[in-house]
Amino acid sequence: MKHKKKKNDYKVLLQWIVPLLLILAWYAATNSDAGNTIFPSPAKVVTRAISMLKNGQLLEYTEVSAKRAIIGFIIGGGIGFLLGLMNGLWKLSDIALNTTIQMLRNIPVLALISLMIVWFGIGERVKVIMVAFGVFFPVYINTYHGIKSLDKGLIEMGKVYGLKGFALFRDIIFPGALSSILVGVRLSLGTMWLILIAAETIAADAGIGYMAMTARELMQMDKVVLSIIIYALLGKLSDVIASWLERRLLQWRVVS
Amino acid sequence: MSENKNGYGIEITNINKRFGSLEVLKDLNLSIDPGDFVAIVGHSGCGKSTLLRMIAGLDTPTEGSIRLDSKEVTGVNCHVRVLFQEARLLPWKKVISNVMIGTPDKNEATAAQTLEKVGLINKKAEWPGVLSGGQKQRVSLARALAGKPNVLLLDEPLGALDALTRLEMQDLIEKLWSEQGFTGILVTHDVSEAVKLANRVILMEDNNITLDIQITLPRPRLKDNDTNYFEQLILNRLLKIDIEQKELEAGKMDFAI
Repeated sequence: MKHKKKKNDYKVLLQWIVPLLLILAWYAATNSDAGNTIFPSPAKVVTRAISMLKNGQLLEYTEVSAKRAIIGFIIGGGIGFLLGLMNGLWKLSDIALNTTIQMLRNIPVLALISLMIVWFGIGERVKVIMVAFGVFFPVYINTYHGIKSLDKGLIEMGKVYGLKGFALFRDIIFPGALSSILVGVRLSLGTMWLILIAAETIAADAGIGYMAMTARELMQMDKVVLSIIIYALLGKLSDVIASWLERRLLQWRVVS
Repeated sequence: MSENKNGYGIEITNINKRFGSLEVLKDLNLSIDPGDFVAIVGHSGCGKSTLLRMIAGLDTPTEGSIRLDSKEVTGVNCHVRVLFQEARLLPWKKVISNVMIGTPDKNEATAAQTLEKVGLINKKAEWPGVLSGGQKQRVSLARALAGKPNVLLLDEPLGALDALTRLEMQDLIEKLWSEQGFTGILVTHDVSEAVKLANRVILMEDNNITLDIQITLPRPRLKDNDTNYFEQLILNRLLKIDIEQKELEAGKMDFAI
């Protein structure tokens, strides 16, 4: 047991070697030329991060962005989950809706940006709607497929044992589709940040994307780099949450 | 037969079953005594599984009626349980929770008792994924029996198991049948399995019953001359048909030339 733990420690260390080397390389590349304005040194970025943490801007922007992401995710993911469930379970709604949804899926969300701005302005709504739109599809498709590819034998077994309605859903359909649904969640988390960055860069008055955009206009490259780093960290964080969820909810899969 | 108050009698009258234009069962009649153990053998596609599914209420006959304890079967009900070829355990539930599905009131104590009977109480906290094929099927048997059913339908449940495990399972099924007194119907390809377990063996061919014999041997049955006699009797019938058909086909070929 102890031996295994040690092995895992090595693995964790190994994971971080490449990012560390990258930062070192970055430092080396920017160190020699002190007056470099296009490519800021790590030290400058850190200083900027500290000053923005002190005046509360960094936290505020992160909070604004995270809030948009989460609300958009809940709305889009919720609708995607419900529709995926509905079309997976009922033939009628499947025939009526699935073709349309598959068609809409092929539209790049970013192509809708101009249309959305005209319709919804540049307020909070447009960002949330775009995130919801992007998150919807991966969740929908994976929920739908998760249910469609359920083992029919298990459902039949459930019926023999008198499971129906909600009990059948709770004990067999949902857990059976869950691993596929979580794949959808993981994919949609990636899409979520991607769309939010784009939306915030084009039209926003707060948030990380807005911070990057204004910084670019003022040639504050350290601030631009900082916003990129924050996006990377937020992306990593949501991935960690997703894989934690998978490990937690799909414990039975580890053994089989 | 032991104390068979628990088992239900089954009355099947003039059953027809068609899937589209395909006729699977034709004018079939069968009466099974309460607490009896009947084996149905026959080639693949002879309709034996369909018959079983209709008794379970998973399929409905095109014409005719199936009565269980004098009541018409209209759908799945708690008196009948099925053991399928695959164990069909829920991989996301621990062994004990899988068995609890079979208890009428989701009772853990009853489930544990039944697991004890199949000898797997020590695996109750495991995921089904870690069990062997035979163990899975035993859990499945516990789930089926946890609700004390009146009829147990076995749809080739041992077909996928290795020979040794199969023998163990046969003994277990026989033991639980004599303890609980349910009516058992076993669909199988394996004639010696049929002769070992059943009081009565039915052969199905061409959408109907063509042989119906009582196995009058005492239990537990060991493989000996007596069981061989019955096995041979059934096999002869099965194989003779095969030979006749081959001769017929061969004859046709000659004729064509």
